[in-house]
Amino acid sequence: MTELSKTQAAVGEPTATSPAPTAFLEVRDLKVHFPTDDGLVKSVDGLSFQLERGKTLGIVGESGSGKSVTSLGIMGLHTAGQYGKRKAQISGEIWLDGTELLSADPDHVRKLRGREMAMIFQDPLSALHPYYTIGQQIVEAYRIHHDVDKKTARRRAVEMLDRVGIPQPDKRVDNYPHEFSGGMRQRAMIAMSLVNNPELLIADEPTTALDVTVQAQILDLIRDLQKEFGSAVIVITHDLGVVAELADDILVMYGGRCVERGPAEKVFYEPRHPYTWGLLGSMPRLDRDQQERLIPVKGSPPSLINVPSGCAFNPRCPYADVPKDDVTRTVRPELAEVGSRHWAACHMTKEQRERIWTEEIAPKL
Amino acid sequence: MTAGPGRPPGPAVRGGPLAVLAYLMRRLFAAAVMLVVIIMVVFSIFFLIPKWAGVDVALSFVGKQADPAAVEAVRVKLGLGDPVYVQVWEFFKGIFAGRTYAAGGDVTHCSAPCFGYSFRSEQAIWPVLTDRFPVTLGLALGAAVLWLIFGLAAGVLSALKRGSLWDRGAMIVALAGVSLPIYFTGLLSLAIFSYGLGWLDAQYVPLEDSFTGWIGGMILPWVTLAFLYAAMYARITRATMLEILGEDYIRTARAKGLREPVVIRKHAMRSTMTPILTMLGMDLGALIGGAILTETTFSLPGLGQAVLHAIKNQDLPIILGVTLITSLAVLIANLVVDVLYAVIDPRVRLS
Repeated sequence: MTELSKTQAAVGEPTATSPAPTAFLEVRDLKVHFPTDDGLVKSVDGLSFQLERGKTLGIVGESGSGKSVTSLGIMGLHTAGQYGKRKAQISGEIWLDGTELLSADPDHVRKLRGREMAMIFQDPLSALHPYYTIGQQIVEAYRIHHDVDKKTARRRAVEMLDRVGIPQPDKRVDNYPHEFSGGMRQRAMIAMSLVNNPELLIADEPTTALDVTVQAQILDLIRDLQKEFGSAVIVITHDLGVVAELADDILVMYGGRCVERGPAEKVFYEPRHPYTWGLLGSMPRLDRDQQERLIPVKGSPPSLINVPSGCAFNPRCPYADVPKDDVTRTVRPELAEVGSRHWAACHMTKEQRERIWTEEIAPKL
Repeated sequence: MTAGPGRPPGPAVRGGPLAVLAYLMRRLFAAAVMLVVIIMVVFSIFFLIPKWAGVDVALSFVGKQADPAAVEAVRVKLGLGDPVYVQVWEFFKGIFAGRTYAAGGDVTHCSAPCFGYSFRSEQAIWPVLTDRFPVTLGLALGAAVLWLIFGLAAGVLSALKRGSLWDRGAMIVALAGVSLPIYFTGLLSLAIFSYGLGWLDAQYVPLEDSFTGWIGGMILPWVTLAFLYAAMYARITRATMLEILGEDYIRTARAKGLREPVVIRKHAMRSTMTPILTMLGMDLGALIGGAILTETTFSLPGLGQAVLHAIKNQDLPIILGVTLITSLAVLIANLVVDVLYAVIDPRVRLS
């Protein structure tokens, strides 16, 4: 099936099984598996979503849920330069603006990187080369995709630094990353990723390594820039506060799969998956009484080699016994529509979940 | 500094050429101080410790059968009876200003740089050093070029093809290179290429006599010495490269859309060079002080051979001279490395 759709994509003849997508970015049944000595690590195991230009998708989940692996997969960075490592096994389809990336020529995907799709990384200090000035690194990013001389590219770099709010950009452009503060570095990183006006921007934990005081500024900046450039943005985070700030849609990942997906306000105010309830319960809030404890999600993230059978969340789910016949431990739940543009993968009936949410969970939050 | 339009003051000029210059001055000063300390310490080791050990330096100069008058004359002439600080000062002054040895009517002037006279041949030390230094320098530099080319190439290729047949093969050869002593590989190469196949004449020919003769005589020493070092450099390069390839900024470079060869050349190689440079500075410095094993195996008249003879003959001034040259070479090599560091890694300039 996967092989078939790949060949079809390669000759550009989408058929009924794989119609050309209408969305700007469409990921279909993406699987990223890593062979290791201990077994096959199924980091992403069947993920699908769409994203339109000008919209922001927040991908939320705990460490090891497959968020970053997904983003690197879209960028094609699992296959570029993996010297001597065992190759990641990637299947599914990733359509970016009408092009299927997984079956495309790797050099074509390379040319899209940085120009059509760009990425902001978690720790800007380690993500910037310590031996080159900020300016040199931005100029390099620009000149890969634009045939201009260094002077023009430098002017562009200064312009971008100015745009992301770095004071005295014409001077700071000659500084090295270690001469910038953490927040400034992340601004420079954003300037670098936006220098080619990419249509897709992936921000992988963009504020996790920053001071709390700076986090809000960076989030504001990303939101403003998105409005200005009209790009599609994917924000990857474990911090629900970040997606609340930015995202139009939210995708909750657990054990390499999507467990709930929908518009942000739906996922926040009418979540229909017990794992999402757990995430919301463990989020600190100022309006909560200080005497009340946070409600952590019990247990630890699932092994990605031996994923629990049935619903991957069942060992940690307080409601695993609500559905009959032990179905949560034997059958893997598929995403099912629970509202308009709102899906969740849970064996409990819609009514059961509505009742638990309104009666047991929501009052405690 | 005035705030011109081009170079305003403030954080923007940090790490510029001025910082490199200031860094250079600091290092130069430190090196000069270090040199003075080394001269004094080394002299003390060679001339004072024998004294404490009950060895009479004057006696070893004259020889066992000497009559007491001759020994006394030498003692006076070399100033061996003077207080320690006078001896050290005289020696130190001799290096920079020259020195006159006098005992009664017997006056010898030793012009700067004066390291004294050999106990055995009564030659001045400095000409011995300058005669032999080019041989050793040629050996060290030639070998360094070879080992850098082959060591780095093998290391980088092994890293990029990790786990491949090439990688395993190269690392086995490298292990052999590190483990086999020079006198084994050197003699083996002599036996095969010189005596066996007769391809190369294992005879040292000075560079000023014949360029091709010099090259011909140096090929085996170069290859032998370079084999050992290339092996070490290949291993270090491979390990460093693999580590660097896992860095976040390499992923960033790929995310920009750079071609993989550019990622390797421009981003990974530059970081890989830092530890290699440190090693190179130390190794070159030490080798310039004499590659004793290589020079002895191939009968090269270099500093290493000289010092070996001197040790056998208890010829203290030669040992002292070579030791000082070695220290100077290590000092200069480290200085060069420090400067290159500052050029390569901007973070170094600040500290």
